[in-house]
Amino acid sequence: MTTSTSAPRSAASSRTPLKQRVGGVLRARETGIAVLIVVVFVAATAKNEAFASANSVQQLLLGASLIALLAVGQTMVIVTRNVDLSVGSVVGITAYVVGMSFRDNPDMPVFLGFLIGIGLGAVFGAITGMVVTVFRVPSLVVTLAGLYLIRGLDGLLVDGVIINPQSIPREFQRIGYETVLGIPVLFLLVLAVVVIAAYVMRSFRSARDLYAIGSNPAAAELAGIPSEKRVFTAFLVSGALAGLTGALFVALYAQVDVTAGRGYEFLVVAAVVVGGVAIFGGSGTVVGAALAALLLNTIDQALVASRVSGFWTDAIAGALLLGAIAFDRSLSLRIARRLRSQEGAHRDV
Amino acid sequence: MSETVVRPEPARAQEPTPSYTGVDTTSKAWWKAGIRWESALVVLLLLTLVVGSTGSENFFTGTTFFFAGLNIGEIAIMALPLLMIVLIGEIDLSVAAMLALSGAVMGVLWQAGTPFGVAVAAALLTGLVGGALNGYLVAYLGLPSIAVTIGSLTLFRGIAQIILPNPTTTPFPSEVATLGVLPIPGTQVPYSLAVFTVLAVATAAFVHATPSGRSLYAIGLQPEAAEFAGIRVTRVRFGLFVLSGLLCSLAGVLFALKNSSASYSAGFGLELTVVAVVLFGGVSIFGGRGTVLGVVLSVAIVAVLQQALTQQQVQAEVQNIVTGFLLLISVLVPNTPAVWRRLRDRVRTPPTRT
Repeated sequence: MTTSTSAPRSAASSRTPLKQRVGGVLRARETGIAVLIVVVFVAATAKNEAFASANSVQQLLLGASLIALLAVGQTMVIVTRNVDLSVGSVVGITAYVVGMSFRDNPDMPVFLGFLIGIGLGAVFGAITGMVVTVFRVPSLVVTLAGLYLIRGLDGLLVDGVIINPQSIPREFQRIGYETVLGIPVLFLLVLAVVVIAAYVMRSFRSARDLYAIGSNPAAAELAGIPSEKRVFTAFLVSGALAGLTGALFVALYAQVDVTAGRGYEFLVVAAVVVGGVAIFGGSGTVVGAALAALLLNTIDQALVASRVSGFWTDAIAGALLLGAIAFDRSLSLRIARRLRSQEGAHRDV
Repeated sequence: MSETVVRPEPARAQEPTPSYTGVDTTSKAWWKAGIRWESALVVLLLLTLVVGSTGSENFFTGTTFFFAGLNIGEIAIMALPLLMIVLIGEIDLSVAAMLALSGAVMGVLWQAGTPFGVAVAAALLTGLVGGALNGYLVAYLGLPSIAVTIGSLTLFRGIAQIILPNPTTTPFPSEVATLGVLPIPGTQVPYSLAVFTVLAVATAAFVHATPSGRSLYAIGLQPEAAEFAGIRVTRVRFGLFVLSGLLCSLAGVLFALKNSSASYSAGFGLELTVVAVVLFGGVSIFGGRGTVLGVVLSVAIVAVLQQALTQQQVQAEVQNIVTGFLLLISVLVPNTPAVWRRLRDRVRTPPTRT
């Protein structure tokens, strides 16, 4: 719907006039969100100087990291006109399993923790993807069922035994608090994933297929795109990223109980929608979604720092979400009108 | 596999009955008409009753019935408008947040000394306004309902949190306080269940027996065609979201009475349960398919199951698993024949390309 999908660079695009390309960057959703982040940041700092302190900024980035990571996977799924509501439960159960593995094997190397998280998440993603593609059933229902099933399994597994920081090796926890040049390691890790995903989604043919499937499933099928395989892969990646998020959850909080990851599904979908990904597929970028996760967290923290009652954050986040959707709609209507009038002006182009 | 052989058609009656896939207008063989999701639900309901009674001797008692009804009452009330919204191909995820918000409005006003009747009226008005907001954004601005109602779910609960940071402590007036916790005198029927029953009958009459109700199916199947057929699609969409807001606020009032206190966290996460109940009742998420009977049966099954599992002291986690499992089979089972045919065809048809 919106034009911010950043079409693959073709020979023609390198010849587009500079003015037009600058205009494109300025109009992109990502720019708008980035500007909003800066505005909120400056406003909060003006109110409370401590907001710009290194410590506060680190907390800001860390707080947004987990949701941003999930938003990457969710974008890939939503672009194909599907949705994955089970991510919150997957984060919860993988976090617990990773924590449990460390508790039971204190000498386990750190990378194995990640491997377990990603692997387990991928298994859940694969099952969801299989059910959605083989049975051709709506992903909303399947992943809603998955949310309950996995949460139930998680509850049985936890059974009231909380994983506490003593069970998590120091090296693993370091990923959660260590910084490089003042930037949290965990954030850099998420940033790397976002950059890779953005590149893949922009330049890989199989990833462009995801947009085609979401724009028009029937046409994609006719064009010879292996839709089932692609949608399956999107769910697989979303699951694997949710598993990675679960492992990072352990590194960051070092404490896991049955409520870990609960309610994340709505936070993630909210970030993805604010980030300009059309809920009915076909358009949107992972960068926009990840930036929106950062924006939502910045607003959250800014309200706390400005000593506005923490009770306001939800209401403001909700209003912002509604505003973003309405704004999107008016934008796409305007573009559609302009395209129509252009078509009328020069037919032969 | 398409059939290529043209066979002479058997003689037919003068006017062939038109068949609309998805809408059951054609008469089928009697046994085929019996194969419906609702029949499966009846069997499941009987099964849950058997499971419940084997686990506890005191299962078939009025008390069991009362508590099963009390636990499901508000969910059941919210499921009815959601059924109609899903029928037209939309969704409302803000139902539980509206339950909390309207309860909070009532609680705040009551605590501030407003007469109880006024507080309840304000709560219902909140529902109307909130529903109108959703309806305006979805129907008149044409925004996707799933995104809109995720936004308003955050917004509604956020506002509830602002106006009522702490649960109310002032007891509700004694004449109404018992409404939430005691059955209708002389019976074992909780008030919320009685309200649901009346609403369910009204909904069934509306959806299945009035032209406006039938038009919901048309909108769900093909909105443009419905528009051309003279159905005021926009107005119906708007109206249903307003109705949903109103009934959810009613559920909110009952919920607060049941807990003897209003709280912004009331019914947290309940939206997914309500959606699950509706979908398990055989309502298609794509709209255009589903019956009130299916949803009522689904409500009954979930209520009985919850009660049975609680009586047998099964953990809440297992209840989650059962909910998820039920939801999954509700979409998998109807699709299985098609999947089976497709897989069989794939095996039989030699691959054309490698």
